[in-house]
Amino acid sequence: MILKHFARKYLREEVLPSTFCPGCGLGIIINCFLKAVEELGYSNLNDFIFCSGIGCTAWIPSPHFKADSIHTLHGRAVAVAFGVKMVRPEHHVVVFGGDGDIAGIGIGHLIHAAKRNLEIVVIMANNFTYAMTGGQLSPTTPFESLTLTSPYGNIEKPLDVVKVIDAAGASFAARWTTYHIIPLIRTIKTAIKKNGFSFIEVVSQCPTIYGRRAGFKSAYDMLKYFKEHSVPIEKAKNMSDEELKDKFVVGIFVDREKLGFTSLYKQVINKARVKL
Amino acid sequence: MNNVYFWEGNVACAEGALIAGCKFFAGYPITPQSEILDRLAFRMPEVGGIFLQMEDELAAINSVIGASWAGAKAMTATSGPGFSLMQEGIGYAIMTETPCVIVNVQRAGPSTGQATRCAQGDFMQARWGRHGDQMLIVLAPNSPQEMFDLTIDAFNLAEEYRTPVILLSDEFIAHMQERVEVPSKVNLISRRKLKDISEAPFGGSLIPPIASLGDDFNILVTGSTHDEYGYRKTADPIVHDRLVRRLMNKILLNADKIKRVEMQNLDNADIGIVSYGGTSRSVYEASDLANEKGIIIGHVRLKTLWPPPEKEIKALAERVKVIIVPEMSLGQLSLEVERIVEGKAEVILLSKIGGLPITPHEILSKIFEVLR
Repeated sequence: MILKHFARKYLREEVLPSTFCPGCGLGIIINCFLKAVEELGYSNLNDFIFCSGIGCTAWIPSPHFKADSIHTLHGRAVAVAFGVKMVRPEHHVVVFGGDGDIAGIGIGHLIHAAKRNLEIVVIMANNFTYAMTGGQLSPTTPFESLTLTSPYGNIEKPLDVVKVIDAAGASFAARWTTYHIIPLIRTIKTAIKKNGFSFIEVVSQCPTIYGRRAGFKSAYDMLKYFKEHSVPIEKAKNMSDEELKDKFVVGIFVDREKLGFTSLYKQVINKARVKL
Repeated sequence: MNNVYFWEGNVACAEGALIAGCKFFAGYPITPQSEILDRLAFRMPEVGGIFLQMEDELAAINSVIGASWAGAKAMTATSGPGFSLMQEGIGYAIMTETPCVIVNVQRAGPSTGQATRCAQGDFMQARWGRHGDQMLIVLAPNSPQEMFDLTIDAFNLAEEYRTPVILLSDEFIAHMQERVEVPSKVNLISRRKLKDISEAPFGGSLIPPIASLGDDFNILVTGSTHDEYGYRKTADPIVHDRLVRRLMNKILLNADKIKRVEMQNLDNADIGIVSYGGTSRSVYEASDLANEKGIIIGHVRLKTLWPPPEKEIKALAERVKVIIVPEMSLGQLSLEVERIVEGKAEVILLSKIGGLPITPHEILSKIFEVLR
């Protein structure tokens, strides 16, 4: 008997092998997401609708997932997801996007969806660069980093997107790296079950575009770097900014119980109908 | 029995949307369309529908696209600068064949221009505002009654042809208050739904059936070049050619069915006029005044702007030597009329910008000037 990889039942096998580069972190994210789905007891993806924008990460659901998915304009996946979730509140609506798509061109929609506490899950793969266009500066590119559009070194400090989500008042926000497979699976399960806006940043290696210019020899080197430079949030609380300069603070940053937007909107409909 | 109301154009549009079965509206405040937004904020929850005030016009059009794919009849409304911001989303809706309605209450541009004043400067933008080869349907009302009727029409056309439809109004009509009759029965069209997984949702016929997100057909929606099952095929010249030509043709080959046009006095006309929207109201009065002087105006009033009613405009050109095109812009409709009449009649532009409507007397003076 030939045993199939657990994830195959959720994937469109006709599009495999994936078009992602060898060593890309997005495969790990696909695995972790589908493992979380399986552990939650879903035998298929019928209860999910996926939205994505433009960029490598946007290709995670479209076309890989055997599910309903909408591959939208650059930066607009969260706005499209808003429309989808309001009409189909019974479905889990999940957005996949990269740092450019979600935190660059699309950050306005992200902040407002977080502020409204819309019950969707946004998974942002942070590879520090616009990979699909060849490797330009992104909102999360580290300080002094070399990219195609920062050839003299990046003079901007990277944006801490998890902090932005926290300030906007969302229910849930977390950060892991592609090294942290087990906690990432656990966190995705929590996010899917959460009745509010859930944001997960996954620091993810791009050995082909970003890693090469940053001096990493392989995807493995990048994963090892993630492991050695990650600090749990509890420990980071007692560390100085100088000590945290080149570190990834990982863990659950926000976990609040509060009503989500679709629940609140149901109250609006009830008020309008009582009046009639 | 029909109910009768005294509504302004924007309110009539909002009520028309509700009658058409619109269950999702997302918008952003902008003059002079804000009354549509305000009315639906209040009314949409009453019918169990969704009203959202979004963070910007990009969010508005994109959430409309999401809602439509989730299965709801969906609409947004905007003006001038907001319409410019929505163009990328409208292009996506064309490429993905998303039924939806976009109301643009025209105001005077460019840029912020005269935010509260009337203009007709978006005629070409409505047709050509997106990058790439594409086609859609544009309707133009000239009364609050038509703000109501054509909004329903816009939804029906969007559903039937699986396309975004633009209702191109103007400040003049949007803020005009008139009698609006609401019929007790309205003919509504709903999108043809996919019945079986083997059917192609993006090809196979001129207007393919649609499946909603959440219907469990594992549908793939993408704005990139895709085959008839939704798979991205961006490097395939044949797939791209076939897709884009079909998207154009599903509108162009049905132009006669989509066409809505009003014609007056064509047979014995001394002079022709082609107009639309707010300006056509002045043409009506100019026509009466000209009649008193023994001059008959042959008037083609466009309710469908795109695709344009070419046969009717050509028919007018066969009968008169001169066609005057009055418009609140420096010449956009006139260019299209010139193209259509192919020199069979002289096309004379009567333009006015500055935020005030063209008056019947201004049209009359132009007629006297031409006929002298």
